Amino acid sequence: MNNLDNIIKGAIESIKNSKDVNSLNDIKVKYLGKKGELTSVLKSMKDLPAEERPKVGQLVNEARKQIQITLDEKKQSFENAMMEAKLESETIDVTLPGKALKQGHLHPNTSTLREVENIFIGMGYKVVGGPEVEYDYYNFEALNIPADHPAKDEQDTFYITKDILLRTQTSSVQVHEMEKGKLPIRMISPGRVFRSDEVDATHSPTFHQIEGLVIDKGITFADLKGTLQEFAKRLFGEETKVKFRPHHFQFTEPSAEMDVSCFKCKGKGCRFCKGEGWIEILGCGVVHPHVLEMSGIDPDVYTGFAFGVGLERISLFKYEIDDMRLLYENDTRFLKQF
Amino acid sequence: MNTSFSWIKDYVPELNVTAQEYMDAMTLSGTKCEGYKAFDANLDKIIVGKINKIEKHPDADKLVVCQVQIDEEGTEVQIVTGAPNVKEQDKVPVVLDGGRVDGTHAEGAKEGGIKIKKGKLRGVESFGMMCSIEELGSDTNMYPDASSDGIYILSDNPEFKDALIGSDAIELLGLHDVSFEYEVTSNRVDCFAMTGIAREVAATFDLELKLPEVKETGNDEDVNDYISVEVKDQDLCPRYTARVVKDIKIAPSPQWMQRRLASVGIRPINNLVDITNFVMEEYGQPMHAYDLDTIADRKIVVKRAENGEKFVTLDGIEHDLDDSMLMICDGEKSIGIAGIMGGENSMITDNVKTMLFEAATFDGTNIRRTGKKLGMRTDAQAKFEKGLDPNNAIEAMNRACQLIEELGAGTVVGGVSDFYPVKKEGIDVEFNADKINALLGTDIPEEQQIKYLEKLDLVVKDGKVHVPTFRQDLLRLCDIAEEVARFYGYDKIPMTLPKGAATAGGLSENMILEQIAADTCVSYGFCEAMTFSFESPKVYDKLMLKSDDPMRESIRISNPLGEDYSVMRRSAVGGMLTSLATNINRRNKDVRLFELANVYIPHALPLTERPEERMQLTMGMYGEGDFYTLKGVTDEVIKALGLKGKCVYNNDCTLDYLHPGRKANVYYKDEFVAYVGEVHPMVLKNFEIDERVYIAMVDITAVQKLLETEDTIRYEGIPKFPASTRDISMVMNKTITAGEVEQIIIKNGGKNLVNVELFDVFESEKVLGAGFKSLAYNLKFMASDRTLTDEEVNASMDKILKGIEQIGVTLRK
Repeated sequence: MNNLDNIIKGAIESIKNSKDVNSLNDIKVKYLGKKGELTSVLKSMKDLPAEERPKVGQLVNEARKQIQITLDEKKQSFENAMMEAKLESETIDVTLPGKALKQGHLHPNTSTLREVENIFIGMGYKVVGGPEVEYDYYNFEALNIPADHPAKDEQDTFYITKDILLRTQTSSVQVHEMEKGKLPIRMISPGRVFRSDEVDATHSPTFHQIEGLVIDKGITFADLKGTLQEFAKRLFGEETKVKFRPHHFQFTEPSAEMDVSCFKCKGKGCRFCKGEGWIEILGCGVVHPHVLEMSGIDPDVYTGFAFGVGLERISLFKYEIDDMRLLYENDTRFLKQF
Repeated sequence: MNTSFSWIKDYVPELNVTAQEYMDAMTLSGTKCEGYKAFDANLDKIIVGKINKIEKHPDADKLVVCQVQIDEEGTEVQIVTGAPNVKEQDKVPVVLDGGRVDGTHAEGAKEGGIKIKKGKLRGVESFGMMCSIEELGSDTNMYPDASSDGIYILSDNPEFKDALIGSDAIELLGLHDVSFEYEVTSNRVDCFAMTGIAREVAATFDLELKLPEVKETGNDEDVNDYISVEVKDQDLCPRYTARVVKDIKIAPSPQWMQRRLASVGIRPINNLVDITNFVMEEYGQPMHAYDLDTIADRKIVVKRAENGEKFVTLDGIEHDLDDSMLMICDGEKSIGIAGIMGGENSMITDNVKTMLFEAATFDGTNIRRTGKKLGMRTDAQAKFEKGLDPNNAIEAMNRACQLIEELGAGTVVGGVSDFYPVKKEGIDVEFNADKINALLGTDIPEEQQIKYLEKLDLVVKDGKVHVPTFRQDLLRLCDIAEEVARFYGYDKIPMTLPKGAATAGGLSENMILEQIAADTCVSYGFCEAMTFSFESPKVYDKLMLKSDDPMRESIRISNPLGEDYSVMRRSAVGGMLTSLATNINRRNKDVRLFELANVYIPHALPLTERPEERMQLTMGMYGEGDFYTLKGVTDEVIKALGLKGKCVYNNDCTLDYLHPGRKANVYYKDEFVAYVGEVHPMVLKNFEIDERVYIAMVDITAVQKLLETEDTIRYEGIPKFPASTRDISMVMNKTITAGEVEQIIIKNGGKNLVNVELFDVFESEKVLGAGFKSLAYNLKFMASDRTLTDEEVNASMDKILKGIEQIGVTLRK
């Protein structure tokens, strides 16, 4: 039986010293193969007395098992090493750029508008459009701005004919909506408006407004304040404060302008709010009863409120854009930032 | 509108707040204060000093050494100055060591002012500085008595001569004052006057309002012996008052009046002009003075001008008049354009002896139109345009005459010539505290509401508010509600949400489509552009449109900002190419832009009704990609918008600005929905673009219409049986399009042909011969109920081959 021990010893020794998987195979053949050393021990069993054979057989099997386990372990360790080497060799520079097609970008005005739309849709407002080339009636007269009213001059209107013009305010959509005769109304209407202002860092002859109109029984000035506060908080953050100042618009009475606490400096005063801590954001008011009457709504039964927001104004503040011209130049180095 | 603290305090003497408090409170009560300027912000330690002795500077020719007395006890300090105009015994403003001035004599105001410290000038000690008016932050326009080339010699002014030495010179000069600037809304005509703002101040701070007491003026004579007034065009002149002042002595007005005027930025001139300006600011009523001796027949006639009449205003400019313009005339000629400017022929000169004072009310709209037509914009006009209260005219007139007497500027003749046929009365407006609370969402007690209104000189009685004529803006209950809200405080009104039934919100259908289009473009790497809706008609030429191209039939703006912004676009291509050119100029690579915008299509020109506004998606790109890239994106956009079927591309596109061999109209169910093309190289040149540019337009309005008949998506089972595929490679004349070949394949392929996919296009003169190309397709056959046999597929293939042979296509061997 010394012979068997020697075989095991020899096998384990050569496994230990083997350099790669191939030499392991040779070792396997040498010891466990059909003509291998263990096999020849088994073969020699026929020369042993019958009562010893099972014992020797068992010993040989154990030896085989032991060698096999050692072989497997060694093989596993070779494979692990090879895998490691392979992975090591496959290391790439993960900081190289990705290969997906780059997405484009929405215009900052559109991003802002979608935020505003979502806020009001959540409060049950319809979003509707209206004509950009408009009759004088809808842009002025039906909004309580009769012919020759000085307020008409203030708006620097582009005219096509005496009665057809480029709308100066999305407020014209109020009238279209009221004329439909479906009450109550909760709507906002975003769109292009036009005023005869030369192009500079803060003016553009084309810009966008978002009009809002609510008409129902029992609508109050307090409702206007509450609604717009809600809007401001959702757009600029929960900590935003609002301030309403008296103002004048022909089609609302009482009228107001709303300031929001500067969302850059939280009201402390910075260059965006010109040190005031507040930013003027929109005009609003209770719908003038005469405006309701002209559109066939009884002001003794229904009241309402309206507001108008300058979209560019919000975009400029929100993204800290210091020149309005950038919005219409379409330089992709600008557009790709949004 | 500007007011100063000092002027407002003349009417609200108890006012005692800081400038910031004032500004905030006024803004919150509705008189929006946009800012203020404290004249003394940078002035410190400036006193009245007296020069006792002047000696030459030992080492400098241009400097002198002054011993300046700085208190009544006789304390002297030594001050070195280079000013040429000082002499001994002069009283001058002196800034002491450690004090501060606003700026320098030569350069004016400096941010934060300048600190003055003792020091040596050419070796001689100097303990302060004597000041010019510029160093005090003003100028000789506002202080006409100040020297323009040196120190302000106070003692040259009789009113300052006796000023105590050592007293506050800033106080003396009225510079402890603040000027406020307001944005007054167009409805508040009364607030374009000091008294109007003062009324708001008194109401805001709940203080007493003390308006000037206007006393009876005039001598025993009767104005009607001097002048007669006839108003021929009453529709444009509801009131005309005239008084006469004789024995006029033109002189500088007193300091108090000069200071009031200067505090709101009006330059003092002389007593007559200053009184006119003072009253215009105080009452908001412009007045005009004529030299009575120039007035023919001593008669004023107010009437419309003659067509073609010429008239020279007092600034020496000749104007062409027409019969819409109201004129002030005498017995023979025109002497003034009503409400805008007087004539050269009747203007006040230094030699005036007797003058006619006019305070009238004119139709605001007419004045505005006249001013516009004549290209004039005077202060008087700006006030008249707003539509003044005729009852204010006489008060202003009498106030002016009172000031004439007080200032000793002349003798006021008794009586007024007053044309005022229809007296304007105040109105009564409904007052209902409950309704006001219901509108505001408040609970303000009735007595409280009445108190607010009474502070504004509105009288509440028997459910009515009596509104005097100076408040032309208060007409209905809602107007009264605003007055209550303003003084209750907008900030105290609660914040609630509307209580009515819930409504379903959402985007309109076309807005949903616009969002889908935008999002699809973005997913393919396009950035959203925005360009103007109007453009130059020159764009048509740049786009090489034919002279009769209907695209040229566009709407013209009658008063555009200029030719470049004068027509409403019928296509966004001009804007797109301009934007792409901008990007090319700035060396931006691989640019892809899209714009969603309306184009404006007139039904008739000139416009008789609103034009059609069509929403179009315009895409433009250069750099990476080609025609087929943009075609692919266009396909995807149309699919995303909901048209799931196959679009047909046809080279019948007639757009002149596209490459003739690389353009296609896109049809869906035979309706035009889009076009795609490469921009014509000549057009690119016109836009100064030196790269290939591809443009596509998807007509969203057309797509929206097609969607009305489009089937909703229905699920189809996922195939259970395997498909058979066949590749087919064909040679054909180059003029045969892939579209034609595909059509034949589909027509002949039978219902089992489920997909036709081009996988190779090959051209080679050597292999195929000149004028030929090869197309290779992968065809997929499949049935939903069985696996197709080879025989079935081969039968279909035979049919296809027969079909294509008929148009001269052969199989490639």
